[in-house]
Amino acid sequence: MSFRKIFTPHLGDPNCHTLEFYEKTGGYEGARKALRDWEPDALIDEVKASSLRGRGGAGFPTGVKWGFVPKQTDKLKYLAVNADESEPGTFKDRVLMERMPHQLIEGIIISCWAVGIHSAYIYIRGEYVHAYQRLVAACAEAYDKGILGSKVLGHDFHLDITVHRGAGAYICGEETGMLTSLEGERGQPKLKPPFPAIEGLFGCPTVVNNVETISNLPYIMEIGAEGYKKIGPESSPGPKLYCVSGHVEKPGTYELPMGVNLLELINDHCGGVWKGRKLKAVIPGGSSAHVLSADECDVAMDIESLAAAGSMLGSAGVIVMDDQTCMVNALLNVMKFYHHESCGQCTPCREGTGWLEKIVHRIAYGHGKLEDLDRIDTVCDRMVGKTICVLADAAAFPAWSFTQKFRDEFIHCIEHGGSPEVKRRHPDRIGGGLHV
Amino acid sequence: MSDLKFSEKGMKKYEWLLTRYPDKQAVLLPALRIAEAEFGELGIPEMKYVADLMGISPARVYGVVTFYTHFRRAGTGTFHIQVCSTLSCALRGSQELADHIAKRLGIEMGETTEDGMFSVSKVECLGSCDTAPMFQLNDNYHENLTLDDVDRIIEDCKKESARGGAR
Repeated sequence: MSFRKIFTPHLGDPNCHTLEFYEKTGGYEGARKALRDWEPDALIDEVKASSLRGRGGAGFPTGVKWGFVPKQTDKLKYLAVNADESEPGTFKDRVLMERMPHQLIEGIIISCWAVGIHSAYIYIRGEYVHAYQRLVAACAEAYDKGILGSKVLGHDFHLDITVHRGAGAYICGEETGMLTSLEGERGQPKLKPPFPAIEGLFGCPTVVNNVETISNLPYIMEIGAEGYKKIGPESSPGPKLYCVSGHVEKPGTYELPMGVNLLELINDHCGGVWKGRKLKAVIPGGSSAHVLSADECDVAMDIESLAAAGSMLGSAGVIVMDDQTCMVNALLNVMKFYHHESCGQCTPCREGTGWLEKIVHRIAYGHGKLEDLDRIDTVCDRMVGKTICVLADAAAFPAWSFTQKFRDEFIHCIEHGGSPEVKRRHPDRIGGGLHV
Repeated sequence: MSDLKFSEKGMKKYEWLLTRYPDKQAVLLPALRIAEAEFGELGIPEMKYVADLMGISPARVYGVVTFYTHFRRAGTGTFHIQVCSTLSCALRGSQELADHIAKRLGIEMGETTEDGMFSVSKVECLGSCDTAPMFQLNDNYHENLTLDDVDRIIEDCKKESARGGAR
């Protein structure tokens, strides 16, 4: 079967975000079909059978997640669409929300019908003002045409969608952090269990799905689970959006079958490493994924293959680094990010991310010691698996993999008075303390 | 006593929001966005107004506002330039961009010009990595920036300000 793009084929049209355009290209047929032909339980089974897995980072099977929501409950049930997209290197959901908002709304209708939900929230990061406006306008169009509201597409099913803006916090991409933020609190994660499917938003059973995950549903309705499963690897099939940034000729969002080869993605689709330079390293799945050295990049971009390669598909945020990149400086940038974004409630994370930044900083700024490399390992050991959410792990993975795979560069910085890039840019700061 | 008050339109929006959530507290973030839009910034009096309006403690509102980075806090310049400085942007020159802006405005990152016109800060990933380097200027993204673009945008802001525009 030849690969058909489902997210990006119409992006060339300036009106692709409108309801008129979306309906002209077959939009809302999947939702009509779901409401007309599918019993909710059978629909959950169909999504399970499709093997659709979450596109936000964890890759959890979507239908299985839906199945965890109690069937018999006195409580209301909610859908919270995770549109916080904050993993560095990730920008695919922004494209979907700005350009294809109705595909998301259609997916929301399908998932809410399956799980018996009448109220959905889209939690969108505060910085995405344009995408927020597009979503609000698309919802207004949908209400106006009876696609949302008291009788969804003319059926005896009511559904409300509320678009909710975040306000700038990486941690709100973590599902329990997002729900806490939606409830009007500081976005601090909560211990699981209870999982959101049992006790989530406002203490009620809640499905949390990523924008891209939900946007797959109309297509599954169209071609069926069997057809969907044939796209890419059987265990994690489907069309996939890859976000490629950093040192390539043509950065951007690329829609390809799950499991595309990473080198093919970089060389054939993105025009190769920029300026004719050579590849040094790639972070394949957002900055919390283990970095791959150039010789590890002949790998399929799917959940299993990247796990086998010792990294992860994560959010499919592919950050490419050329042979002139200073890996010490690159890691310092990543450590600064996690330190800044730690919500502060768990000591191993709050302190650990700070220590990691300080240690990498002093290596970059010319007063690192060889023992610092062991110290990084020790700090990471004390962070991973010891906190409420995985932000600590997300900081430790790059710290480990950068210092292991590019150890020579770290040792060179320690023995030669700091990072060449820092020496060039801040000769006055070499040997100084922490500048943040 | 402060005479801050939502406009009729703002109040209508607030009341509509109350119908969208089963719990009043959940309206806090959206209510703060209304306050931000109507009052221009969130300082102590603005936070106090929202707290009183919602019947929650001002300390709680302050705790929420300061947890997040994207609210427009008191003292921010008319034009707030937020330079994305996370890895993908850093690999494509965000540091040079930030240095240029700071030099051009005569301030350091995190500062505001004396006339209150510009604030500039480095922020973490804005989800626009394929168009690096970039910054957010108030609500808008400016992408694939060169240093010449920066000069032009800063001049445009000054012109807009001279015409009496703000956001």
